[in-house]
Amino acid sequence: MIAPETLPARIDTVVIGASAGGVEALAVLLPALPDTFRPAVFIVLHLPREQPSLLVQIFEKRCARPVREADDKEPVEPGTIYFAPPDYHMLVEKNRQIALSADDPVHFSRPSIDVCSNRPPMSMAGACSASFSREPTRRRRRTACSSPGRRRHRGPTAGQRQSTAHGSVSPAARPGGFRALAC
Amino acid sequence: MATVQNNSPGNNDADIELHLLIDAIYLKYHHDFRRYAQASLKRRLTGALAHFKCRSFSQLQDRLLHEPAVFPTLLDFLTVPVSEMFRDPGYFRALRQVAVPILRTYPSLKVWVAGCSTGEEVYSLAILLREEGLLPRTLIYATDINPHTLQKASAGVYDVDRIAGFTEAHHKSGGSSSLSDYYTAAYGRAVFDKSLREHIVFSDHSLATDSVFAEVQLVSCRNVLIYFNRDLQDRAVGLFRDSLCRKGFLGIGSKESLRFSAHADSFDELAPDERIYQKWP
Repeated sequence: MIAPETLPARIDTVVIGASAGGVEALAVLLPALPDTFRPAVFIVLHLPREQPSLLVQIFEKRCARPVREADDKEPVEPGTIYFAPPDYHMLVEKNRQIALSADDPVHFSRPSIDVCSNRPPMSMAGACSASFSREPTRRRRRTACSSPGRRRHRGPTAGQRQSTAHGSVSPAARPGGFRALAC
Repeated sequence: MATVQNNSPGNNDADIELHLLIDAIYLKYHHDFRRYAQASLKRRLTGALAHFKCRSFSQLQDRLLHEPAVFPTLLDFLTVPVSEMFRDPGYFRALRQVAVPILRTYPSLKVWVAGCSTGEEVYSLAILLREEGLLPRTLIYATDINPHTLQKASAGVYDVDRIAGFTEAHHKSGGSSSLSDYYTAAYGRAVFDKSLREHIVFSDHSLATDSVFAEVQLVSCRNVLIYFNRDLQDRAVGLFRDSLCRKGFLGIGSKESLRFSAHADSFDELAPDERIYQKWP
């Protein structure tokens, strides 16, 4: 797991990206967030674009924090969990409003974790990755990623390279667990 | 972008340079991107840096000002030429159910597709109107700021690989005919029927700087407002309101909303899930 001392002193934002199999990891992670949890959580999952997402209905009953599907221009509220809507990229403006976009898919994915976490396109080999940030600060971003070996779902990222633009992937300690990457 | 804000001095410089680049585009080419949503605009322009082999927005600005060939290509990065026929079939199904019965009552119809990109939505609406028997008395204005994409839209030629997806979406939208009735496929391309284009006027129009040009019964502007900031969204929705006749229809993208708009009181939600509104009163 990420050592607490490596994290910024105050975290405002957590970004989590996962392929379709990541629902299982999120089912462990999100209900564990206490009702005192302050950072806004942005989650990007690769889901079929043809069907409406049921993620909000699935998670809102199990989580202490409010769960929503992101709307364009919606002000970001601390402690709220936002799911990217199917077929849209999710970004956040500097004035802390959500911005959706229908730009081209990145690595065949829309929504894309790379767009949401504002980093160059990378191969997301793991089932789940997360970024933590504090604003405003300098280079206080930490990224964690679960092991490719732990992937439960062979989604659109299958077969992609297992190295990333930010460092190599470490094996996860347990299902749904995260290991720190250099960033 | 602030999701994971890298606030290093270099990043702040990039923000300043981006601001200057957008100003330069406006001053030199009169295209106004100053009120576009910054997060996605910056991402698209960062992609342009790689294409033009520039290290910074300032370098790109220098080339933009001194090399006339740069801007037309840059415009392809600034606009979003991503579109599909019958994208979100539920939207078109809802148009058939809630708007078409009232549109039938008009002796002649005008429709405005704002931000038509490469034309997929325009042809979708033209086909829908033909299926409903309304196309012969309809004129569709298809507008965009990018002359390159307007040219593609006017040609109505698409890769044949995309047709299967279009056909499935057309079927789900409640289409009463076969999509193959409207195109001819050869050499890996499909060209849409000239008889559809006879009812479409393709024209340059900017929601940021231009005004209302006609009274219309339906405005369809999908996945365009998400690229604007609140001010520009208000301007665009104000244009739609002024352009629409009494009880005219406005359709926007499935994740766009008039909830935060200054003109929210001017519209009734007619099909809330599909984001179809009716001008009120």
